[in-house]
Amino acid sequence: MIEPAEIVKRAFDIRQIRTDFPILNTTMNGKPLVFLDSAASSQKPLAVIDAMDEYYKTGHANVHRGVYQLSQKATDQFEQSRRTVQHFLNAEHDHEIIFVRGTTEGINLVASSYGDKFVRKGDEIIVSGLEHHSNIVPWLMLCERKGAVLKVIPVLDNGELDMNVYAQLLNEKVQIVAVNHISNALGTINPVEKIIGMAHEHGIPVLIDGAQATPHMEVDVQALDADFYVFSGHKVFGPTGIGILYGKEKWLNEMPPYQGGGEMISRVSFEKTTYNELPFKFEAGTPDIAGVIGLGAAIEYLQGIDMEAVRDYEHQLLIYATEQLSQIDGIRFIGTAAEKASVVSFLIDGLHPYDVGAILDKLGIAVRTGHHCAQPLMDRFGIPGTVRASMAFYNTFEEINALVNGVKKAIDLLK
Amino acid sequence: MKPGIDAIQDEIIEEFSMFDEWMEKYEYIIDMGKSLPAIAAEYKDEDHEIKGCQSKVWLHAALNGERVEFTADSDAVITKGIIGLLVRVLSGQPASEIVNANLYFIDKIGLKEHLSPNRSNGLASMVKQMKMYGYVFDGKIKSENV
Ligand SMILES: Cc1ncc(COP(=O)(O)O)c(C=O)c1O
Repeated sequence: MIEPAEIVKRAFDIRQIRTDFPILNTTMNGKPLVFLDSAASSQKPLAVIDAMDEYYKTGHANVHRGVYQLSQKATDQFEQSRRTVQHFLNAEHDHEIIFVRGTTEGINLVASSYGDKFVRKGDEIIVSGLEHHSNIVPWLMLCERKGAVLKVIPVLDNGELDMNVYAQLLNEKVQIVAVNHISNALGTINPVEKIIGMAHEHGIPVLIDGAQATPHMEVDVQALDADFYVFSGHKVFGPTGIGILYGKEKWLNEMPPYQGGGEMISRVSFEKTTYNELPFKFEAGTPDIAGVIGLGAAIEYLQGIDMEAVRDYEHQLLIYATEQLSQIDGIRFIGTAAEKASVVSFLIDGLHPYDVGAILDKLGIAVRTGHHCAQPLMDRFGIPGTVRASMAFYNTFEEINALVNGVKKAIDLLK
Repeated sequence: MKPGIDAIQDEIIEEFSMFDEWMEKYEYIIDMGKSLPAIAAEYKDEDHEIKGCQSKVWLHAALNGERVEFTADSDAVITKGIIGLLVRVLSGQPASEIVNANLYFIDKIGLKEHLSPNRSNGLASMVKQMKMYGYVFDGKIKSENV
């Protein structure tokens, strides 16, 4: 594992970065691939591909079980990744890092385990109008099970949260607040530090859905004082099928296990089972070992880049894309928050997002169209969906030009 | 007398063979949508919506003798063109033939391979729904003829 102090940051060099991601040199529909859908899932650097490849070729055995050297080695690598994630989030303890399948499973775990223990009939849970379905549905299911009530922080016209209403929603019946750090549909960066601080004044814990934040910014769960923080490996340039739930030790200790099975128990008889300690209590069954190792490699890769330069570069991309696109007649941006990640969501007057996306596809440009798993948010704006271009640090200004020209071409063809 | 299902399919394949560029194909598909006979406004409701497409698609079917008349619409123009092609092939055909139609033109004109799984799911849902109408009407005709 690389200790934070040892990390030598590479200067940010876009040409170098692009050679790290083999897929960026491929074509789609016979055109050079312009990949502008990293918010859905980001591409993988060689470092990740190689780490997983190497593990399967020379390092595979089940973890935490074998007495033999190969299993020991796999276990060491697995646990090293946990510490890499710990440093990535600046968590106090490595056992506060739980490996899950992704953001969705992390939220479901908390809704189920925390919810079972702490939520009762008539209690309230707060989410926001900006949430992805995976940060709405598990809470709705919990509310149904328990007879609790879901409260929603409204979204303002510019895509920011209405913090005044949020303040009014906080009361002693609220058992948890769950909001995203950055909106996947609009790119709004939410004031999570403030959201957490206000909830804590009422003694309410907060879960932050960091799926869209972790690829773009440094996150410090202790500085934020987040109670739970979740993200997906595949959005931070790591593999699919692996994700992280960070939880403060005191909550994780109080919560019952999520799933039963091997690894999560310390002793089983048919009369009684004693649960294992953290983090194993929440990691029943053989984990996604290759995924964990790939995620570790992805984070080490990120730690090797100057994230401040990344943020700056992505911000330039966002400003450039917004400027260039705004010159197109009939374009309407959805989400114009003051603090935004590199996501541009838009509609073209009179055109269906699907049609625009289908033409862009033919031009080799990958964007997302539709409701972005945030239907309540689309309803809020009275639209069926948007075209969303989301950028990562491997995108270029030339690719933005390709997008702008592509949209113009789509308009010509469709109108 | 309306040409049969395969005759129309061959006609469409012939028309598409003139295009080398995907742009031309798309323009053609979009035009096909524009010439699609309008669906009555009352049928643009949830009951007539085909699920499985990113855009909305409405389909209505009515029996005219032994033949099924389809009308359709979509809020996206490319989708409207695609359902327009299906309507051109299947509307006005005998119910029994719709059920058993082999729609080889979809592959031949490159619609299937040029539409990503998401979207061809939409296409598959459209075909399925039209055949379902054919099946139901065919059953109705046969039971009335007993
Ligand atoms: C904000 C947000 N939350 C949750 C998710 C769900 O993530 P996953 O599908 O990896 O579990 C996503 C993915 O699109 C997201 O953007």
